[in-house]
This record gives sequence, C-alpha cells and structure tokens, in this order.
Amino acid sequence: MENTIKENILTLKDVCISYTPGQNAVNMVTADIQKGLITSIMGPSGCGKSTLLRAINRMHELYPGITITGDIKLNNKDILKMNAIEVRRMAGMVFQRPNPFPTLSIYDNVIAGYTLNGIKKTKDEKDEIVENSLKNVALWDEVKDVLQKKGTFLSGGQQQRLCIARALALKPDILLMDEPTSALDPIATNRIEELLVELKKEVTIVIVTHNMSQAARISDYSMFMYLGDLIEYDTTKKMFTNPQDKRTEEYLTGKFG
Amino acid sequence: MNTFTYRKIKNASLYVLVCLFAGLTAVPLFAILGQVLIKGWRQLIVSDFFVKSTPTTLDALIALRSGEIIPGGIANGIVGTILMVLMATFIAIPIGIFAGIYLAEYKTSKYASIIRFLTDLLQGVPSIVVGVVAFIWVVIPLKSYSALAGSAALTVMMLPLIIRSTEETMKMIPNTMKEAGLALGTSYPIVILRVMLPSAFGGIFTGVLLAVSRVIGETAPLMLTALGSTMIQWDVTRPNSAVSLLIWEFYNDPNLQSLVWSASLFLLIFVLTLNIIAKQIAKKWRIQ
Ligand SMILES: Nc1ncnc2c1ncn2[C@@H]1O[C@H](COP(=O)(O)OP(=O)(O)OP(=O)(O)O)[C@@H](O)[C@H]1O
Ligand SMILES: [Mg+2]
Repeated sequence: MENTIKENILTLKDVCISYTPGQNAVNMVTADIQKGLITSIMGPSGCGKSTLLRAINRMHELYPGITITGDIKLNNKDILKMNAIEVRRMAGMVFQRPNPFPTLSIYDNVIAGYTLNGIKKTKDEKDEIVENSLKNVALWDEVKDVLQKKGTFLSGGQQQRLCIARALALKPDILLMDEPTSALDPIATNRIEELLVELKKEVTIVIVTHNMSQAARISDYSMFMYLGDLIEYDTTKKMFTNPQDKRTEEYLTGKFG
Repeated sequence: MNTFTYRKIKNASLYVLVCLFAGLTAVPLFAILGQVLIKGWRQLIVSDFFVKSTPTTLDALIALRSGEIIPGGIANGIVGTILMVLMATFIAIPIGIFAGIYLAEYKTSKYASIIRFLTDLLQGVPSIVVGVVAFIWVVIPLKSYSALAGSAALTVMMLPLIIRSTEETMKMIPNTMKEAGLALGTSYPIVILRVMLPSAFGGIFTGVLLAVSRVIGETAPLMLTALGSTMIQWDVTRPNSAVSLLIWEFYNDPNLQSLVWSASLFLLIFVLTLNIIAKQIAKKWRIQ
C-alpha cells in the first residue's frame, strides 16, 4: 500500500450520535477512510458499530429522536446536508440478514435500484447490468438459468450475494456492510469474503464484523470501537500484531467481547 | 395397576369428550347446508333462476297450484348485490388500505391509536345503525333509496376489516424490507407502495375477500338504503334489490316462501367459496 497515493473517500470528524439526549451511542469519532480498500469495524456488542455505519448512508433517520453532530463527508460532500436519497445512491448497504424483495424475481431484485427509482433503461442495458452485477458477486453461473425465479428461492448465502449484487448494480462509491456473514454458514461466509477482496477494485468497502479472523483475513484497515469511542484505527496488520491500546489488545485476545 | 387403568380411562374419556364437542361445532354448519341444499337445489338448477327477476306472488300461486316449480329467479337481487358490493369494495379498498398503512407506519402516534380505537368501535356498530346513518346521510339528500346509499352502508361495514387486515399484514413485514428499499435510494412513498404493499398483497387481499363475504349477506342496512326492486336495475341512483333482501321478501310472502331456500343456497355457496379462496390465497402468499 505504501507507494499508492492515499485518497480519502469518507471522512468522519467529531461524529457524535445519540438515541437519547445526553447519551452518545457514538462519541467523537474522527477517521479518514481510504478509497479502494476494505476497512473493518470491530468492537464488543453495543459499542456503536451499526449506529456509526448506518449514519453514513443516513439510515439512522428511520429512528425518530436520533441526533447526530459532527461532519461526515463522502467524496468531499457533507452527507448531512445532502438529500438522503442521493447519499444512499453513493453509499450502498448490505444488511446482516439477506433481504431480497420477496415478491420480485432474481432479475428484478438486481435491477430494483433502477426500477424503484424510476430510472429508465432499455432491455439490453438492464440485461447487461444484471449480468455484470451477478458476475461481480460470482452468482451468475448459479442463477443464469433461473433469473425469473423469486429471489427468496435461493439459499441464504446466494441471497446475500444477490443483495450485494443489488447494491452494486447502482454503482455506489462505497459499500457499507453490517455483519453480512453472521447469518451464513462457513462455506457461504468464505465465498463472500473472497468476493469482497475481489470487489475492492470496484468499490470501497466498510464492513462491521464480530469475526476477528474475518477482519484479519480481508480488511486493510481496522477500527476498534468501545462504548461509543473509536479506540484504535490502523492498518489491520498493525492492529493485530501490535495494538497500541490495552483495550484493543484485550479484545483481540478474547479477554472480553 | 389400578391407578394406571383409571388414568387410561380418564384420558380416553377426556379425548372422547373433546372430540365430541369439537364435532358439535360442525353440526350447525352441516345442518344449515343440508337443510338449504335439500330444499333449495331444485330451484337453483333451473337456469331461469339466474336470469329472471322475482316472480309476482300471483305467478307463484298459479305454479304452486299446478305443482310446478315457481317461475322466475333472483337476477334482480344478484345484479343489485353485485353492484352494491362492487361499489363498496372499490371505495373501501383505497381508503382502507391507506388507513391501514397509516396505522402500521405510525404505530406509536397518538392520532393513530385514536383511529385504531375508532376502527374497532366501528366494527362493533350494529349493521342496522349503519343503515340508519346511511339513510340520513345519503337517502335523504338524494331524495331516493338507491344502490348508491346501499353501497355507502356496506363501505362503512367493510372498512374496519380492510383497515385492520392491512395494518396487521404491514406490521408483519420485517423492517429489513423497508431498509432494503430505502438503502437503494428509494423514496419513502415508493418503498411503501412498491416494496411493502406488494409483499402484503396476500394478507390485504384476504382481508378484502373476508370483508366482501361479511357484507354480501347483510340485510338490515340495505332495507333502509336500497329498499328493493322487483326488476333488474342497473341505475345506481334508483332503488335496487339484493339477494339478502329477496330472502327477506320471500319469507314474508306465503306464496314465495319456497324460494327462500334456493336464494339462501346461492348466497351460502357464494360466501363459502369466497372464504375458501381467501384461505388459499392467505396460504399461498404467506409472508416468509
Ligand atoms: N433504535 C435504538 N434506540 C435506542 N438505542 C439504540 C437503538 N439502537 C441501538 N441503540 C443503542 O446504541 C448503542 C449502540 O448500538 P449499536 O447497535 O450501534 O451497537 P453495535 O456495535 O452495532 O452492536 P452489535 O454488535 O450488537 O450489533 C447501544 O447501547 C444500543 O443500546
Ligand atoms: Mg450492530
């Protein structure tokens, strides 16, 4: 990584997020996230990983009463001042449980970002988007003959790859993933991990994970959060071999978490 | 040993008792079906029954005297029922669905809990009272009994069922579905209309069918609103008949009494079919 030019795609500055006034679920987080890399967010349950991730594409707005202060800049634009819809097109999201649209076919699931948003495409353009997106997630060969079947017809791991394809179809700049493999078996998990490493070329990835070895395997940079604070943020290699903070070390060695 | 056989007998007798009472609930249904079938089928298989209007009491008397099947049918009632139920359904569906969506989406708002409470109250209002209100609000201003007034009464009766079934189904859709839609940069209304609503289709459709089957046999509110008609009437601003109204009229006319059974049979088959379809759809479109 040393000789590539660092380019920040996402910058967080003094980000505080609270569900109840006076109680920060995320506290003064400052971090720059680099383009074209995988950054993992680790930390014990309830430390604010999901809260932080969801703020990046403004999903936090689904909860009434949530307040957010500080700066979140995506491609140098303040996402808190942008239109939420625009933000979400730049920042795709994949959730813990695969959630394909149950009434739509595999094909329509992939293209859903276009149809739902009223973006007109010709049949050929759509076919191409579907094929490319499914190839990106290594699902094309498995489903190319059953594109008209319902998305929910697939296995859990395939559904999750379908959801990744659905997010990728819109060509986001950054892909936010909240424990995307925690509902999957080891084989499906493995496939997704391989996939993410491949996808780095196309999209920056921020992934929340409880699985430390997963973070170690796939991520370039790691964050460790504890009780809403960002305790440590460094290259994954450094964090796993030489953590600077005692709490990071304790977490990584399984003393708590 | 002794206590063992005693317990066995106790178990067995409880089993028999439970089965007996469970079976007992089926008795009224089969009694009604059997009775109506036996007395009504002959009239029903005469094709006139579905295309001709109510016979006059004189025609019926003549037929009865000569031992023939009563001529005529219930086409006027069928047309009236279809008109009124269709109109009521078309009005109740959008209102009911939007109200149901509102209740599901704004669960915690004070206004929603008031609406929910009122919906429950509305469901409990006796149908005759709904009829009286429709009489005052529609019949009097229009200065005529009409299918329109009848369908207004039926709409009010259908609403609570559609609202609550929409609400319950929408609530059952996992939140992750909404998040999936929003995360694609889709606006909230589109997510509701194009992601949530299609997922809820089965439940909502079942609710609509059950609402239809509930009001299709309503008689009291129609007496005060549609009044009745001896001829087929397509003009919705004119008084109209309904199958349920005809049953009541047949019952009150000694010469037409035997038609009560065939009209009832028709209504019964219709409602049972709707219920069965509703069950099938609910099963097929169950939310995963
Ligand atoms: N909808 C909510 N309303 C109120 N408080 C919430 C809500 N969601 C999360 N919190 C609180 O915010 C804090 C951070 O939660 P968050 O879900 O971000 O943690 P997390 O790190 O993602 O945990 P996990 O690893 O279990 O997913 C927790 O203390 C939690 O109780
Ligand atoms: Mg979480």
